[in-house]
Amino acid sequence: MTALFSDAELRQHAWNTAATVVDPEIPVLTIADLGVLRDVTIRDGQVEVAITPTYSGCPAMNMIGLEIELALEREGFRNSKVRTVLSPAWTTDWMSQEGRRKLREYGIAPPQAAGSRRALFGVQQVTCPQCGSEDTEVLSEFGSTSCKALWRCKSCREPFDYFKCH
Amino acid sequence: MAVASISVSETPLVLYTLRLADDALILGHRLSEWCGHAPILEEDMALANMGLDLLGQARELYSYAAKVEAKGNDEDKLAYLRDVRQYRNLLLLEQPNGDFAQTMARQFFYSAFADLYWRAMMKSGDATLAAVAAKSEKESAYHLRHSSEWMVRLGDGTAESHARAQAAIDHLWAFTGEMFCTDAGERGLVDAGISVDPASLRSQWLRTVADVVGEATLDLPSSGWMQQGGRDGRHSEHLGHLLSELQSMQRTFPGAVW
Repeated sequence: MTALFSDAELRQHAWNTAATVVDPEIPVLTIADLGVLRDVTIRDGQVEVAITPTYSGCPAMNMIGLEIELALEREGFRNSKVRTVLSPAWTTDWMSQEGRRKLREYGIAPPQAAGSRRALFGVQQVTCPQCGSEDTEVLSEFGSTSCKALWRCKSCREPFDYFKCH
Repeated sequence: MAVASISVSETPLVLYTLRLADDALILGHRLSEWCGHAPILEEDMALANMGLDLLGQARELYSYAAKVEAKGNDEDKLAYLRDVRQYRNLLLLEQPNGDFAQTMARQFFYSAFADLYWRAMMKSGDATLAAVAAKSEKESAYHLRHSSEWMVRLGDGTAESHARAQAAIDHLWAFTGEMFCTDAGERGLVDAGISVDPASLRSQWLRTVADVVGEATLDLPSSGWMQQGGRDGRHSEHLGHLLSELQSMQRTFPGAVW
């Protein structure tokens, strides 16, 4: 392979391949949409992929690492390595516009812009992903995964997940 | 117990990292004990989520301690194969869950500290500790907000919840002083720019705590005698029981994996 393709071409193909891996808990988002995919490097024809966890204890990281290796294997990249990097710390600001749109369509309110996180009793305004109303309230600061909170729309009465600003 | 404890070469940096790791693991384990028992489903998820954040922080810190020690230990050995006297966590964090008010007061006192501490540690000269701090800081801020809301809800709630919240504060107060203590080894790390002096955060911590406790219509105990010992491995009777559960699988089936 190395004879036929330059490292730059290999890297691009490896990146595109890794970028197709989805978050096992929010399968409409790829790890590229999330900003979890940080870097892809080629060394002596071998691929090394750097990913970063959303939350310190995110249990999806092992699964994501495995999925990346399998996806690369299917494309002929053998013995790829996945390493975890912590710095710079992941933030929802890295989520792509495309990712935000996909989240909303999936029924999860995308993260608001950062800013009031420091406020101890801060007021947040989250738009209902179902009906678009801003008349919503928080049910629980914590949801079914580390990255989500549970909200309810007072207009259409539907509960929904909110992808927490982080 | 079928398998012997490991020995750890505790250089100042290894010891310091283990203290931080043990804090996160032990509080995370305590929170996990609520799983399936919390008063409401939302709170069950909240406690488990906070526990998961802490477990993630612990794993990073144990891995780093093992790397710095470089004696063949790893995160699992450090968590599962040290006995109670080798654990270095704060006494506050090993205290039993008690009622819900006690769990929340413990979380509140610690999160108010961790929030300040990790934020300061983001400037650590040690790149790994600074990276762990940058992640933990965001998580601690969220834990602080959650536990602060509960302090107010309990304190400014019914006569029963008020009494329980006040009892929790009174009971745990003597364990808060240890958060601000350092020993000679740790002061060396402070001087080297690797760690921060927790004593420098005490007045700010007290201000946050007093604000929330005031809003909750509760009273802070007047600062008195403070209990210490966890940092040196002198623990309350509760930690041994916690570890016997946490470690039972690896002690009984050494090296067992998923």
